[in-house]
Amino acid sequence: SDHKFAKYGGRNTVTLLTGDGVGPELLGHVQQIFRYAGAPVDFEEVEINADNADAETVRNALLSVRRNGVALKGNVETRLDTTRSINVLLRTELNLFASIVWCKSLPGVTAKHKNIDIVLIRENTEGEYSNLEHENVPGVIQSLKIITEKKSTQIARYAFEFAKKHGRKKVTAVHKANIMKLGDGLFLNCCRNVAKEYPDIKFNDMIVDNASMQMVSKPQQFDVMVLPNLYGNILSSIATGIVGGPGVVAGQNLGKNFAVFEQGSRSSGRNLKGKNVANPTGMLLAACDMLDYLGIYKHATLIRESVMAVLCERMVHTPDLGGKATTSDVIQAIVEELKPRTT
Amino acid sequence: KSYTSSRKYSGSRKLVTLIPGDGIGPEISAAVQQICDAAEAPVDWDPVDVTPEKGPDGKFRLPQKIFDSMKKTKVGLKGPLETPIGKGHQSLNLALRKAFNLYANVRPCKSIEGYQTPYTNVNLVTIRENTEGEYSGIEHLIVDGVVQSIKLITEPASLRVAEYAFQYARDNKRKTVTAVHKANIMRMSDGLFLKCCRQIAEKNKDIQFREMYLDTLCLNMVLDPTEFDVLVMPNLYGDILSDLCAGLVGGLGVTPSGNIGEDGAIFESVHGTAPDIAGLDKANPTALLLSTVMMLRYMGLGDHARRIETAALQTIKEGKVLTGDLGGKAKCSEFTQEICRKVKELN
Ligand SMILES: Nc1ncnc2c1ncn2[C@@H]1O[C@H](COP(=O)(O)OP(=O)(O)OP(=O)(O)O)[C@@H](O)[C@H]1O
Ligand SMILES: Nc1ncnc2c1ncn2[C@@H]1O[C@H](COP(=O)(O)OP(=O)(O)OP(=O)(O)O)[C@@H](O)[C@H]1O
Ligand SMILES: [Mg+2]
Ligand SMILES: [Mg+2]
Repeated sequence: SDHKFAKYGGRNTVTLLTGDGVGPELLGHVQQIFRYAGAPVDFEEVEINADNADAETVRNALLSVRRNGVALKGNVETRLDTTRSINVLLRTELNLFASIVWCKSLPGVTAKHKNIDIVLIRENTEGEYSNLEHENVPGVIQSLKIITEKKSTQIARYAFEFAKKHGRKKVTAVHKANIMKLGDGLFLNCCRNVAKEYPDIKFNDMIVDNASMQMVSKPQQFDVMVLPNLYGNILSSIATGIVGGPGVVAGQNLGKNFAVFEQGSRSSGRNLKGKNVANPTGMLLAACDMLDYLGIYKHATLIRESVMAVLCERMVHTPDLGGKATTSDVIQAIVEELKPRTT
Repeated sequence: KSYTSSRKYSGSRKLVTLIPGDGIGPEISAAVQQICDAAEAPVDWDPVDVTPEKGPDGKFRLPQKIFDSMKKTKVGLKGPLETPIGKGHQSLNLALRKAFNLYANVRPCKSIEGYQTPYTNVNLVTIRENTEGEYSGIEHLIVDGVVQSIKLITEPASLRVAEYAFQYARDNKRKTVTAVHKANIMRMSDGLFLKCCRQIAEKNKDIQFREMYLDTLCLNMVLDPTEFDVLVMPNLYGDILSDLCAGLVGGLGVTPSGNIGEDGAIFESVHGTAPDIAGLDKANPTALLLSTVMMLRYMGLGDHARRIETAALQTIKEGKVLTGDLGGKAKCSEFTQEICRKVKELN
């Protein structure tokens, strides 16, 4: 790849955006696991959260990610009285046009549906998240959703390339083009045009309300999905729920030059903060994806296998999965799994 | 004042506008009529064909008869309508909604005993703002390759649907109303919707009020749908969530729907016309029947509603006489007869 990563003495430097809720503690656990695994990564921590998100902090955060190329992130809570979402700001400023949430059934984790393996690829920077709203007259608000050919084609191409690279069979575009004929119609057309260049990959489309219903009745029909921003938010939330919840799913935000890794659900888990009960799996898997992205495959695999062994075989489960283990119990078990693998 | 079940009919019989619809519509409408007769429901039907007619200006519109009938009856029951694709004329549903000011779409989603899904004990109601939001139909091509679609949120429409949600909760002995929004992203528009809900919640302290982000709701809905009661939301979220919730209990074939307006109400099955099985006596009338149950309650005919609902759910629970989509072998007419038999026992 043409990425330029900050690398000193064979080690990569990665930005740590701490976030709110369980973000800081989970990122602390990631650092600990990296140390045990001997992953050649140094962290540059930027404390950014709802109480600490002034212009300078945001500038520092952006500067750090731009310098290092890669970040691991906790979710920054968006309060209704602040100007706008810091999470969205980071994504748009860094032009992280693709969000990827991979939802796969996990053996040993009880979930409502089995044999699920869905990759949700979501346009991450425009659509309903364009931040263009006006009060026309008192009590009447218009909110603009922007769909562009450029970004729609870009995300469609990303989805098909992903499908090709990972040997996936089908791409499903989700839209509401029967109602939003121009906007969603443009998105759908871009997907159709790109699909023509990939004759070996099946392509279909589905209206977003039907897709949501199918997701809870026959989720196994989905393979790779490509979605505009808001529908992506909705369907990745549903998909996350049906494979076990926010604690076990990782998320990636990718652009041409930068990448930010986080929990797939992008939730901060404020209610769990400081209680030592949050599930660290999703964040750890996100960290593994980050190692892969940096080309540090050996350590990525090492940590991923240890995390999966604890989750699926030893079944050390936090309360969100119906278990009684604490976060530290899970981390301890992962460390035990790592030991024999590293020596 | 109660406008979720306002019409307290006295002994006299009431006229209901019936739009049998296309495809399987006529069969399932006939089934519903038979079951209503068996329950001795004091309703007469005014059947109306809504096939669009070409006006003098060359444009297609709904026949005058539907407006005349609804003006008289104020209550309609509607089967599935075929929406011709790309014919340039307005969707019929949209026309009906506009003509009768149907501002709230209500869909109860309740687990059906005997009809297994991975989700159990679901018992919630989605209430969707039905007149504005993302469905304003205002879109522009700004420059080549760039489209803006306008979502419109107004205070009066938001207040009206919020008020309806609380009233519905009270009338139906429900405890909590949850407003669904995405005000962290759409600050002003969803912010206004949320503000209106909060304002109405203040006036309805007997009902609990919660608010939840759309994505959090989707996540929690599939993790544990039993934590939800009445949900109120803007148009698009309602469209998506009402289908999602229908999926939890078995899909559109078994979920009823009502469109409540200022000038009347139309109850409907939201599934399609199922052209593949139309005319073959294979259709499942449950969704239209449960919509009829909603309608009877709206009309103040709670006893008849209860008997029909009990008979239908009992038939499904027993599992002896079921249509194909429910996993049985019975014909629509046999399923209908079984429900009629049970209704008569309950009379
Ligand atoms: N790592 C985790 N382990 C277990 N549960 C989690 C984890 N992360 C999030 N959750 C749970 O997921 C649910 C969804 O999160 P939600 O978005 O509602 O809250 P939040 O992220 O705290 O709020 P906000 O997004 O407004 O900051 C919460 O119940 C939260 O506790
Ligand atoms: N009431 C019903 N009873 C039995 N099966 C049904 C019923 N409604 C739908 N189906 C089945 O579900 C499938 C989808 O039908 P549906 O009519 O919703 O979609 P459609 O065929 O695209 O029609 P439309 O374009 O009118 O929506 C059909 O193949 C049909 O067999
Ligand atoms: Mg959240
Ligand atoms: Mg719909």
